[in-house]
Amino acid sequence: MSRLAVDHHAGAFTKNARIDLRDTQQRQNLRKATTTIRAKREAVVAEVEDWEELRERGRQIKAAAMADLDTHLLTLEASVQRAGGVVHWARDAAEANRIVSDLVKAEGSDEVIKVKSMVTDEIGLNDALAAEGIRSHETDLAELIVQLGDDTQSHILVPAIHRNRAEIRELFRAKLPDAGGVSDEPAELAEAARRYLRETFLRVRVGVSGSNFAVAETGTVGVVESEGNGRMCTTLPETLITVMGIEKVLPTFDDLGVMLQLLPRSSTGERMNPYTSLWTGVTEGDGPQNFHLVLVDAGRTDVLADEIGREALHCIRCSACLNVCPVYERAGGKAYGSTYPGPIGAVLAPQLNGMNEGSDLPWASSLCGACYEVCPVKIDIPKLLIHLRSRTIEEQGGPRGEAFAMSVLARTFQHRRRYEVAQKLAAKGSAPLSKDGRIEARLPGPLKGWTAVRDLPAVPQESFRDWWRKERG
Amino acid sequence: MTAAREEILARIRGALGPNRPLPGPLHEPGGVDVDTDRSRLVERFAERVADYRATVVAVTAADVGVAVADACARAGVRRLGVPDGLDGASLPDGLSVGGDPNAAGIIAVPARPGTRADALAFTELDALVARTPLAIAETGTIIFDGGPGQGPRAASLLPDVLIAIVPASVIVGGVEEATTRMGAIVRESARPLTLVSGPSATSDIELDRVEGVHGPRVLDVVIVTADHR
Repeated sequence: MSRLAVDHHAGAFTKNARIDLRDTQQRQNLRKATTTIRAKREAVVAEVEDWEELRERGRQIKAAAMADLDTHLLTLEASVQRAGGVVHWARDAAEANRIVSDLVKAEGSDEVIKVKSMVTDEIGLNDALAAEGIRSHETDLAELIVQLGDDTQSHILVPAIHRNRAEIRELFRAKLPDAGGVSDEPAELAEAARRYLRETFLRVRVGVSGSNFAVAETGTVGVVESEGNGRMCTTLPETLITVMGIEKVLPTFDDLGVMLQLLPRSSTGERMNPYTSLWTGVTEGDGPQNFHLVLVDAGRTDVLADEIGREALHCIRCSACLNVCPVYERAGGKAYGSTYPGPIGAVLAPQLNGMNEGSDLPWASSLCGACYEVCPVKIDIPKLLIHLRSRTIEEQGGPRGEAFAMSVLARTFQHRRRYEVAQKLAAKGSAPLSKDGRIEARLPGPLKGWTAVRDLPAVPQESFRDWWRKERG
Repeated sequence: MTAAREEILARIRGALGPNRPLPGPLHEPGGVDVDTDRSRLVERFAERVADYRATVVAVTAADVGVAVADACARAGVRRLGVPDGLDGASLPDGLSVGGDPNAAGIIAVPARPGTRADALAFTELDALVARTPLAIAETGTIIFDGGPGQGPRAASLLPDVLIAIVPASVIVGGVEEATTRMGAIVRESARPLTLVSGPSATSDIELDRVEGVHGPRVLDVVIVTADHR
């Protein structure tokens, strides 16, 4: 093959994971975090009379949204405009960033307050704004921690979970003007953040948000949150700019009834999160008088083009799959090298990048299927992983050794004589390596990685075929 | 901008192809089992709100003013925001909007829609008292819809204390029933909705839940039950 072959054993995730596995502080934090959230989720899910039915309805709503995405987006645009908002369309990250920075400059502002939005991280909005001389103030506590520490996020829901309270205390003491003597008690740290951000909320005239859902029927945009900074950013500024991936549109307002049950229970393990804001355009005398909705493609239409892969667009960003994934729990989010880590990241990120980068993310999984079981909208992540593995190999080539071995095996299995000769050779060849019926040695070559952490059963000296001939003639 | 729109729509149509998947029939609403006996609803609502570490009391209409006065006393409230359309009987004794402080030293300040400067001035309030038009028992949620007796959104956000008067009659069983009512409000008037379930909280530091980052740290809920109860 002339194209660059992908060796997923040597890919970015594998390399990064090996390094991050040694970060015992992160592993400890992650284990505590994921264990805690899993238990909370299980408890509130158990309260729901028919959780499985709710999940199926969630899946259908998302499938319906994707099946007529163009129509729903046009309806959304009309609804938002009717309610006094302005709708912009962005084909890629650069276009989205340009639209936002132009809007901010048009308001005569050189700063914005931001409520956490994964799509704005994905498109690199903060850096793009900085290049235009616009300062972007992150207002989620975890985002603030990450921003102050010049760090990157490691989890969709609790992005600073890799930091413990002592580290956060040091960060606040160093970077917040007022936080000189703060202790490491979470309550005191939160109070320091509250005081620091309060002043910012009251001053900055332009807010930037993402959107958990946008209802086409009514033009209603929703932000689901816990701290109250979302309400601050979407209520206090004069101008609100909401950046939204096109896959977030929901057909009807009633669909929210299903989503608002699935999301809080799946993400924070609560019956309901503290604050959900649902606004429609602008309202005189209450909140921002200018509302802009920026609809972003940035690779989503590529994902949509894959009949199987498009299911990844159903994701409502709850992070339940992260919390249950044995790989994520140990490797942490940064190893995925993407805004979206964990199981959903492994199937979404490569596709958003047009499958161009030879990502080894589809192999960042043991295919245990726990993610599928907890996904509130029933995204069949294992199926997507396998599908993307085969797409990657087909489009970019796989390890040559593996392809060669597979073709040899195929030829061997096609003819009985060859098969039986191979069996006898295998029995003789493995005898010196076997002890008590198992091969514990690390084998050389392509089986090295596999056998480094697994035992193989030894090849029996008498094959079943030989035994059958002997016994039954 | 129009070019971007046309291109994105074209990409979507290309991606979905000529034979679009048929979504199939949607399931009938099911979800959480909802007990519609009203007294059970009130009880369930009160339990769930208390779970969020909000203070909950249930009183008859005659005692609402007293309950609000108690909430003010507990939180040391001096400047109380009062929205237009809130029944005077809901206020602590001797209080009228724009009038002198009452015996307890509380002064009632109007909390009205207005400019951004008006909204920012709500930081000077210690508390807002508001009457919610809708609440959900299953999740202990109160819902504001920007109508009478509530004030603009900033009024229930900036002061540190929120005193929510919840008539028992506005409590519905579950999220979907509430969504149906919210949908009607939005279709009719496009007003902004805010769902509040407990005080604000974060678990971002080592997953230790801390109440009140932004938004009111104290939530007092006064359920108003019918007199015959």
